[in-house]
Amino acid sequence: MLGHKPSLPLPPHRTPRSAVSANLATPAMSIFEYNGSAVVAMVGKNCFAIASDRRLGVQLQTVATDFQRVFKIHGKLYLGLSGLATDAQTLYQRLVFKHKLYQLREERDMKPETFASLVSALLYEKRFGPYFCQPIIAGLGEDNEPFICTMDCIGAKELAKDFVVSGTASESLYGACESMYKPNMEPEELFETISQALLSSVDRDCLSGWGGYVLVVTPTEVQERVLKGRMD
Amino acid sequence: MVGSMDVPAKGGFSFDLCRRNDMLEKKGLKVPGFRKTGTTIVGLVFADGVVLGADTRATEGPIVADKNCEKIHYMAPNIYCCGAGTAADTEAVTDMVSSQLQLHRYATSRESRVVTALTLLKTHLFSYQGHVSAALVLGGVDCTGPHLHTVYPHGSVDTLPFATMGSGSLAAMSVFESKYKEGLTRDEGIELVCGAIRAGIFNDLGSGSNVDVCVITKGKTEYLRNHELPNPRTYASSKGFSFVQGHTEVLSTKITPLKPKPEVTVGDAMEE
Repeated sequence: MLGHKPSLPLPPHRTPRSAVSANLATPAMSIFEYNGSAVVAMVGKNCFAIASDRRLGVQLQTVATDFQRVFKIHGKLYLGLSGLATDAQTLYQRLVFKHKLYQLREERDMKPETFASLVSALLYEKRFGPYFCQPIIAGLGEDNEPFICTMDCIGAKELAKDFVVSGTASESLYGACESMYKPNMEPEELFETISQALLSSVDRDCLSGWGGYVLVVTPTEVQERVLKGRMD
Repeated sequence: MVGSMDVPAKGGFSFDLCRRNDMLEKKGLKVPGFRKTGTTIVGLVFADGVVLGADTRATEGPIVADKNCEKIHYMAPNIYCCGAGTAADTEAVTDMVSSQLQLHRYATSRESRVVTALTLLKTHLFSYQGHVSAALVLGGVDCTGPHLHTVYPHGSVDTLPFATMGSGSLAAMSVFESKYKEGLTRDEGIELVCGAIRAGIFNDLGSGSNVDVCVITKGKTEYLRNHELPNPRTYASSKGFSFVQGHTEVLSTKITPLKPKPEVTVGDAMEE
């Protein structure tokens, strides 16, 4: 018989089980969507707030609901890291190391602007093989003037006077912050605003959420709160 | 694998993570896009010097990442440079050449020349074969007169009386080609540059927000940040949102007071 069977499409090549991804069922995802994250920072009156979600996932599966994304550098300077979780932790460890050396040499804490330049230089050094993180830096300057900035994964700084966002929920965060933000908010109102912006945005993003962690820093105290959010 | 200490880098790029990133790409994970300045940048030479102009939008894919970024970078007191392309590359390359120019000024005790900045930029960009994606409009006035150049990401340069770069360059060039003439006055030059940038802002999707202008003449530079604001925000309500305190459900709170920094005062000399 000269039947000529139409050739079946070859099954997709299954890579052997590896630490990176056991399941290639999902098509090419962006590396930023591997773990899922949402980080936002806002400026208030002589204070700032930085908030993040708490989910750690491996593509579509949730692995932890208490993952820390906002790290302390010194009393008045905080760093939020969205993107690939392993790079976020490595980058944080490298930066804390550099800041500790700076403290030993200069006998003082780093100013937020200086720290932002340090992060930018560290990321640009890896221009052709970058860390897959988008940092948000938030701090109070010498005269307790709040400073926030974000950068892309190769260190392009973006200074803002109102709010900065990053992570998989960034598009929703842009919209929520743009409408909810008001200048010169007191710490209590700033907390409510940033929490509502974060929770409403992560509800529209599958990869982030599972609660929220908000830090409000004023010249005299630091308020950390864990928010109750939808656990889906 | 021997653990390596975090030795301070000797400068330049580090390719440590390339192997891991290649492996991730092969596993099917897409590399992220970088923040670009899909832009309109222009420059022109007028009777007494050079006028540079730029829009102020920074994009990340289709999203506007920064509505008011600065694209006119300082190189020397008499030389400024507008940058288009990948934002990190334009910032890093202009910062680096600006530092090199300052060291050169200290070594030679002379005002920097535009061709010096030009050569430093083009040799750096050529050596990275276009992978450092920075398209620049460099302008300044030095002892040999006003100069305007464009530098492309692969390292080629052009010397022109008027120039435009970026995604909005065609819109801006149409304005220049119809209205440019030699020997413009300062005000005519600024008006023409603003017209060209506005053409980019309104017709090109990658450019937007405000117009920045920089006027460089012999002995004087004026950086007119946000010279024109043709896109004011009109949709915000005057009352804004107001959330009642206690609106958000909180699971736990921790308040840490910040210790005030101890004051160090110079005391009297110790008595024996």
